[in-house]
Amino acid sequence: MPDQYKVVVDGNEASVPGELTLIQVCELAGVEIPRFCYHERLSIAGNCRMCLVEVVGAPKPVASCAMQVRDLRPGRDGSPPQILTSSPVVRKARHGVMEFLLVNHPLDCPICDQGGECDLQDQAMAYGIDFSRYVEPKRAVNDLDLGPLVETHMTRCISCTRCVRFTTEVAGITQMGQIGRGEDVEITSYLNSSLDSNLQGNIIDLCPVGALTSKPYAFVARPWELTKTETIDVMDALGSNIRVDSRGRQVMRILPRNHDGINQEWISDKTRFVWDGLKCQRLDRPYVRNQGVLEPCDWDTALKAAAGVLASGRRVSALAGDLVPVEATFALRKLIELVDGKCECRVDGAALDTNSRAGYAGTARIEDIDSARRIILVGTNPRNEVPVLNARIRLAWLDGARVENFGDVTDLTYPAQQLGNDVDSLRAFCEIALQDSVEGMLVIVGQAALRHDGGNEILALSLALARQGAGLLILHAAAGRVGALDVGFSCVGGIDEALADAEVIYSLGVDEMDIPEGPFVIYQGSHGDRGAHRADIILPAAAYTEESAIFVNTEGRPQLAQRASFPPGQAKENWAIIRALSAAIGQPLFFDTQAELRSKLFEEVPYLEDIDMVPANPLQSPRQYTGGNAPIISSAGDFYLTNPISRASAVMAEMSALSNGRHQQIPEAP
Amino acid sequence: MLSDRDRIFTNLYGMHECSLAGARRRGHWDGTADFMAKGRDWIIDQVKKSGLRGRGGAGFPTGLKWSFMPRKSDGRPHYLVVNADESEPGTCKDREIMRHDPHTLIEGCLLAGFAMGSETGYIYIRGEFIRERQLLQRAMDEAYASGLLGRNAAGSGWDFDLYLHHGAGAYICGEETALLESLEGKKGMPRMKPPFPAAIGLWGCPTTVNNVESIAVVPTILRRGASWFADLGSKNSTGTKIFAISGHVNSPCVVEEEMAISLRELIDKHCGGVRGGWNNLKAVIPGGSSVPLLPKRLCDNALMEFGWLSENGSGLGTAAVIVMDQSTDVIKAIWRLSKFYKHESCGQCTPCREGAGWMMRVMERLVQGDADISEIDMLYDVSKQVEGHTICALGDAAAWPIQGLIRHFRDEMEDRIKTGRWNVDRIAA
Repeated sequence: MPDQYKVVVDGNEASVPGELTLIQVCELAGVEIPRFCYHERLSIAGNCRMCLVEVVGAPKPVASCAMQVRDLRPGRDGSPPQILTSSPVVRKARHGVMEFLLVNHPLDCPICDQGGECDLQDQAMAYGIDFSRYVEPKRAVNDLDLGPLVETHMTRCISCTRCVRFTTEVAGITQMGQIGRGEDVEITSYLNSSLDSNLQGNIIDLCPVGALTSKPYAFVARPWELTKTETIDVMDALGSNIRVDSRGRQVMRILPRNHDGINQEWISDKTRFVWDGLKCQRLDRPYVRNQGVLEPCDWDTALKAAAGVLASGRRVSALAGDLVPVEATFALRKLIELVDGKCECRVDGAALDTNSRAGYAGTARIEDIDSARRIILVGTNPRNEVPVLNARIRLAWLDGARVENFGDVTDLTYPAQQLGNDVDSLRAFCEIALQDSVEGMLVIVGQAALRHDGGNEILALSLALARQGAGLLILHAAAGRVGALDVGFSCVGGIDEALADAEVIYSLGVDEMDIPEGPFVIYQGSHGDRGAHRADIILPAAAYTEESAIFVNTEGRPQLAQRASFPPGQAKENWAIIRALSAAIGQPLFFDTQAELRSKLFEEVPYLEDIDMVPANPLQSPRQYTGGNAPIISSAGDFYLTNPISRASAVMAEMSALSNGRHQQIPEAP
Repeated sequence: MLSDRDRIFTNLYGMHECSLAGARRRGHWDGTADFMAKGRDWIIDQVKKSGLRGRGGAGFPTGLKWSFMPRKSDGRPHYLVVNADESEPGTCKDREIMRHDPHTLIEGCLLAGFAMGSETGYIYIRGEFIRERQLLQRAMDEAYASGLLGRNAAGSGWDFDLYLHHGAGAYICGEETALLESLEGKKGMPRMKPPFPAAIGLWGCPTTVNNVESIAVVPTILRRGASWFADLGSKNSTGTKIFAISGHVNSPCVVEEEMAISLRELIDKHCGGVRGGWNNLKAVIPGGSSVPLLPKRLCDNALMEFGWLSENGSGLGTAAVIVMDQSTDVIKAIWRLSKFYKHESCGQCTPCREGAGWMMRVMERLVQGDADISEIDMLYDVSKQVEGHTICALGDAAAWPIQGLIRHFRDEMEDRIKTGRWNVDRIAA
């Protein structure tokens, strides 16, 4: 390759692309370089000076995070440049920087929440010296109030500016900055405002010291006493990879895991801070309604009652909610087939097309956003629905992509050119685009667009663009929706058909719709929310951190969630409840274990077995719709309160109130 | 000693008119278009041949710097930026140029701008220079009115616009990349190099940042020939230089002299000698506050040129000579400089942000004698930990005065620690 350069790292020669920085080259060569300010996904600041390395021939040590390979000069005799990472010069520089970082850093590790997972602590152990020469007074800095999520201890700050760079570059807000100069520099928020971003929790992870810590998690646990479970998030349909840290039966916190194809290494605040909702409003025992009052009972009673209703010959419809795993919907469909009922998961009435998988899971992958040159948003507010995805669109925009919008969305943290706000304008746009070119185009269709009038035509137009070669990403709001459609949990007429003549409704965690008066309702779910209030029988089930399950995310990627803790009280795993109910009816389903259930599932829907793979979705011609005009809606409701778990969370309630109050303060234009 | 006819800045003291007419009478703006007609390469070549080195402190060869600019624009404009943010303690040479000989600078800007293919120039002037800004602006207005700037500047066929930007008085904005940041409207924090401004500078475009004096001497070099300039001074320090002598001399002054003049001659001839005679001399800081001081022993033979000074552990810097006689508390003097650097550190990178304050505090105690002798070594070590590990040269500048002090006046520091409290009456810093 033309742009390959030879370098020698600590005596080992390597050939690397010229645009790599020295810190990346050293990493490739297997040499770890300590760093504080450098972060792969943020711009380069080069201010901590911890990553200094020696380049043979250079007068001074160079910051390896900022120096590119192509800027190195070869030796006098034409030999490749040599990088030394543990020479006396480098060691001296590291000792020096480490000492400087520690002179004004408080020695409060025993009372610091970062203790045990602190970059400064670790690197002081590895690269520092074991005594202090500093006898002058130390600096103290006033703390900030950044809101209910991020706690600050600014005296600990080492001014790496990662938080400033993250909020400005990724989150797209300009509230954080550094003021002052010299040793008086301080990280502040603009006029002491709390942060107005639903990605702000990520600065807690980014902070290499204990300056920014989690407020809900403050003084709750130490990292080494937590059990770490790598699993999948269900707060939105992105399927962010997370790590759930639990102690005993309690989830103590949630952290992101890196997945380049999905969430990179960010998660939204709802994903991160919803865990207190897992302790509240839990359904921990079965209930049966008796003379209008829900009365607690044992499993036997509840199952018998439910079986009696299901087997009574009345018309049964099963609905699946937002957070249900694939196994549960699959098992429930099998159960409902036994009683000749109907199934439906599109409870919000979204016009998702089940003729081909592309009709509900799209054809594009999330990472296609990075390479898209033209992103068309149709009836979606990604900033509110899927903040992490929005950050990705923002990065694509920073990279030169054009963002265009159909709908009524306002501030996305990047400018989106408004192309129209009704179906007519979209139709006109498609006609031109189909004749012209869809090169580099990615269409992102939101649920708000499909939920309202004209949804069928919006989907048909989007699919037409996809057939021409544009990418199509159908942005779901519900983590369980694609999986439920994958296992065929739908009926032809949609939710209206399912509800039309139902006498018994089996509600599998349906909390986002009002079930009409009339039918008898069996609710299976984890939280005492809207669905449970309407129920006549309640079967308590596990929440997403409490069972191993498959979830299919918005791009159609099956992922495996793991159990981090056990369900409370008598609550059981979703699939097991359905299996038990089938036995109570007297027609036990075909599985006794989850493994058996899965093997049958994989038999019927083979691509679900390929965990973490996005199958290529076939595109069939959708039905043609030529309807009238209708507005395209983008609004997505309250970000913080979208599901029963978040509605049970005190932190989410506080954030919601704060966010509503903030946006009400803005004076309306006359 | 420089003869009067070899002086470039003939109105350094404002004895004559500083208007355009006055400048023209002194020979400025004469044949400017003719030099430009000889082409960019000729100008750069002449500057290279003259051996001119940057007058802002680092002494980088000016012609070489200009030749780093892309020969052809890739679509981006080229910029000339003149660093008039003269804030180095002891330095006041550019101030005199802008006050009294502004047309040397403006003519230099046109020539330098043309030589590097730039149609736009910015002069970034120090925040405290209010009168100077007015004078320079008036001179620029005159030049515009006479067609020396703007479209078809000076009849050369080259369009050149010059803007005067007023800084806000931060020392760090004299660092070239911090200056660019400030000029872009951002916080004045140095950028990392590479990329160098010649590749990615102001607003991401190729930029050259030069000191006022470096630019202002160019017209005269072209007018009188590179060899004239190169014959003055010594081999690696050619030409004339404006020296600013302050401190304990009988008559402090700013004077244009030949490079490589001996320090003693400079002080004796132009400043009426050291207060109380040469033997009353204690130390000299030869190049503005950032360079290590020279004790009297070295001052006796000191030559004011790049080579000799750096060989003897100091530097020419901005050629701002700070003279200290025997009455000086040299420890307190250096502490004051430490305080300055602590105050002016931008706080971006760790060693300077944390080190400058630390060094100042140790210096504070050393002034009082309230320290352990081993702390002198520690201070030296800390200064070495700052030096060379920072993004810009302010870290070095904070470290060098202290290193010079420890190198040459360690006995005095130890004495003060040993004798306990320092005698307050004796001192004038």
